[in-house]
Amino acid sequence: MAIAVVLVLLVVGSVVFHFASPWWFTEIASNWANIDFTVNLTFWVTGFVFIAVNLFLAYSVYQYRQRKGEASKAVYEPENARLETGLTVITTLGVAALLAPGLFVWAQFVTVPEEASEFEAFASQWQWSFRYPGADGQLGTADIQHITETNPWGINPDDPNGQDDVVVKKPYMALPLNEPAKVLLRSRDVLHNYTVPHFRVKMDMVPGMVSYMWLEPTRTGVFDILCEQYCGLGHHIMRGRVEIMEPGDFQTWLADQPTFAETQAQPAADVAAGQQSYMVCASCHGQNGEGNRALNAPALAGLQPWYIERQLRYYSEGVRGANPEDTTGQSMAPMANMVNSDTARRNVAAYIETLSGNDSAQTTVSGDIDRGARIYSANCAACHGDDGRGSWATDAPALAGMDDWYLALQLEKYRSGIRGQHRDDDYGYQMTSMVKAMRTEEQQNDVIAYINSLR
Amino acid sequence: MAYVPLADQDDPHALHDPHSFITKYVWSQDHKVIAIQYGGTAIFVGLIALGLSILMRLQLGFPDSISWIDPAFYYQAVTMHGMIMVVYLLTALFLGGFGNYLIPLMCGTRDMVFPFLNMLSFWFYLLSVIILLASFFVTGGPAGAGWTLYAPQSITAGTPGSGGGMLLMLISLAVFIVAFTMGGLNYVTTILQARTRGMTLMRMPLSIWGIFTATVLGLFAFPALLVSAIMLGFDLVLGTSFFMPAMMQLGEQSTQDGGSPILFQHLFWFFGHPEVYIVALPAFGLVSDVIATHARKNIFGYRMMVWAIIAIGGLSFLVWAHHMYVSGMNPYFGFFFATTTLIIAVPTALKVYNWVLTLWQGNIRLNTPMLFAIGFIFTFVHGGLTGLFLGNVIIDVPLADTYFVVAHFHMVMGVSPVLVLYAALYHWYPKMTGRMYNETMGKVHFWCTFLGTYAIYLPMHYLGFLGVPRRYYEMGNTDFVPATAQALNANITIAAIFVATAQVLFFINIFMSLRKEKDAGGNPWGATTLEWQTPDTPPKHGNWGPELPTVYRWAYDYSVPGAKQDFIPQNEPGEEYEKTFHTRGHS
Repeated sequence: MAIAVVLVLLVVGSVVFHFASPWWFTEIASNWANIDFTVNLTFWVTGFVFIAVNLFLAYSVYQYRQRKGEASKAVYEPENARLETGLTVITTLGVAALLAPGLFVWAQFVTVPEEASEFEAFASQWQWSFRYPGADGQLGTADIQHITETNPWGINPDDPNGQDDVVVKKPYMALPLNEPAKVLLRSRDVLHNYTVPHFRVKMDMVPGMVSYMWLEPTRTGVFDILCEQYCGLGHHIMRGRVEIMEPGDFQTWLADQPTFAETQAQPAADVAAGQQSYMVCASCHGQNGEGNRALNAPALAGLQPWYIERQLRYYSEGVRGANPEDTTGQSMAPMANMVNSDTARRNVAAYIETLSGNDSAQTTVSGDIDRGARIYSANCAACHGDDGRGSWATDAPALAGMDDWYLALQLEKYRSGIRGQHRDDDYGYQMTSMVKAMRTEEQQNDVIAYINSLR
Repeated sequence: MAYVPLADQDDPHALHDPHSFITKYVWSQDHKVIAIQYGGTAIFVGLIALGLSILMRLQLGFPDSISWIDPAFYYQAVTMHGMIMVVYLLTALFLGGFGNYLIPLMCGTRDMVFPFLNMLSFWFYLLSVIILLASFFVTGGPAGAGWTLYAPQSITAGTPGSGGGMLLMLISLAVFIVAFTMGGLNYVTTILQARTRGMTLMRMPLSIWGIFTATVLGLFAFPALLVSAIMLGFDLVLGTSFFMPAMMQLGEQSTQDGGSPILFQHLFWFFGHPEVYIVALPAFGLVSDVIATHARKNIFGYRMMVWAIIAIGGLSFLVWAHHMYVSGMNPYFGFFFATTTLIIAVPTALKVYNWVLTLWQGNIRLNTPMLFAIGFIFTFVHGGLTGLFLGNVIIDVPLADTYFVVAHFHMVMGVSPVLVLYAALYHWYPKMTGRMYNETMGKVHFWCTFLGTYAIYLPMHYLGFLGVPRRYYEMGNTDFVPATAQALNANITIAAIFVATAQVLFFINIFMSLRKEKDAGGNPWGATTLEWQTPDTPPKHGNWGPELPTVYRWAYDYSVPGAKQDFIPQNEPGEEYEKTFHTRGHS
């Protein structure tokens, strides 16, 4: 008895939940409204079946339940060919009514329009980068074996088609409004997936091959790019954004990005000029880049140049050190403005690379090294390396040899949202999540103690 | 003297009388003891997987509540939960547990045809479980690759537990498959060769049809998993490149080159999709018998039910790539696999209709097993219908790898089979123990489980529509996920903890009832099938006393007009009820 009533209530409740739910598809931003149509069609058909079958179930249970003190008997009817055939036919028709429009839209999905322009999304653990064809309208060939620190896309340096490719080495891309785009998808390591919920379409990225899909953006805005194929430890922090622009704005944006040839033709950094600039830095960070705890200035020696350049840029652009609670960062921000150009940052970073620091720096944090090793190798090593030396490939700075008080301070900042929460701090954002491997002070001390042991 | 297989011997006393505790309960060759060993081990390891799911839910619903759930552990919990539940709990409990218990009893044999192999099957299964659990204690912890173990990620350094944990996972799977093969060959041979006099194929209870077809599927599907586990193991240990393309890790070029990650997916799902039906078909069978017995009515459309089981089993080998619509395989495959996948919906829907039509005009006994069976129909309808979304290739595109998928497969192959398991455990408990379970406690257990799981999984579908991806340690900063999603996650977690806690009722019930509840008698439900007609309850080793039963009718003679009671056991002599239904014309 109760079960019949509950079944009815669950049916009613499910329908009410469906219409009342604030959780539903995002507002569509591509041409794939057809997909939403097939989803809605399927909802109506399956919703009808859901209601009909369960109400009939509830009725049968209610009507034909055994009642106390009443003799009742079931009907003997092994089969009923007409009824069974009828139900088979109706079900087949219903399934065909769902399948036919579905396949029709799928046919559109697999047919890329001739006029679609190409772009490439390139995934790696756990970053995005992008590539657009240059004036020749063609992407150059690319291969894993061409990948180096200065050619992270693996573009074939000998392919003339690749020289004018526009390259983007950050998780931010743009597309022009109302122009069909064919998305070419590549991966540097494991399976990934290019998903923008507002576009509806997604496709895996498979190392060793190029997969594809197509879409046409239909409204301007900035949308999240997610990886939706499990790709290891950093799967959930592999984020990017796509901005849909008016075609004119898009061309302007594209023109601001470097071509592959430009990235390869950079002159060597001027270490002497960098040394000049470093004079200012030395007053806090020390002549040898050894740091000075009293001034809250961390050691710089041992940090990779690309990391120093990025952080200096972040300070200049207000991405880092702009949070009012970030007192130490705020004192760095104006200093960074003294090297406020790509060239100046490259030069000073190149000079810092020559510094030797101070090998006998005191450790100030102690903890259980074994426990720290477990947390570190499970959660940190995938980017920062087993040896704590970091890697350009994962955009992860060196940790080994860095001041432990500074590591503790930065972890605290990530944890409390003082660092890494700026929308443009794509790499810092990743740390705001990974820092949860050290939720307690004790865990953090253990990890830092372990990093100290890696010197 | 001609050789008579053990299963067919009329008087087996000389062979079947273990005396010591060890031979009776430990190194036992009695299918019933092996069934309970299988079932107990499966439920034990399932409880571990349940615990892992609660830890995952705590991280999603109440982040920061447990300090040691770091990203690495979360992904390891996801992986171990999934693999344990699908393979080590559901497969083992339905086939190793219920298959072992019911096949000889329902077919009227004394035991499996190869009792020693049957015993070996359990010990290999136990070994595979021990190897799997050992991976929690190796350096780096258990595999964190997701239960699908997709290469190259599963064996490269960016994935937690990709070294020792992964290797143990692969070894454990291989051992499990050896165990399954020994058991499976036994089940199939017993059903085909050892049925008692008069038990024609079309008189077999649907439980046996479900278990039989699922076992055949397993014997064809598990080899695909075995070879992929071995090849992946070679890639991991020997550096071969079956599934490993050229790639780069931490700035280093890999030494492996030329392998195909998509090949692994094809092999995995060639096992993985039939696996869904390896779990579902026994559930379909068991629930059919529970429904018919407690509705006091023959299962409606028996022949169609049998053919539907066979059709679903056959089709299940032609749909595997619907798990791979967005994998980067040739998109034209989508047309084929969407069509086969939606075709499979037809026989599946017919089974649902026939369950409901069995209840229609029945004389329904609303006890605990029946409540679980009705709950199953409801959740299975729900999960089946959401399958029509995911199977229809273009609709899968926005929903793939979101919480919609998680909700769908938990509804259809998590909740639904588990509801059937409970229906079956309560239904056959009196036969297994000779005692009746506590009905009130059973019903409370049902309501908590049924309503609780619906509260978990109904809203989860909507997170999927929104676009929330599965296998995310946390959602973090996104513009499209509203803050209310966190509140929803918290509610789902509360429901999950509630459901998990409520399972205690089941254990209290089955253990307390052994002592407290009344003697159940041999056939408390008035059931027709052979296992309820044994001379002893619980049945002794050899099952049937001196003489094997003879079968005279199909398994569903309930409420036969003119009969003196509302059921006629299969072994009761006499005319089959007249009114030439084809079902009974096959004798």
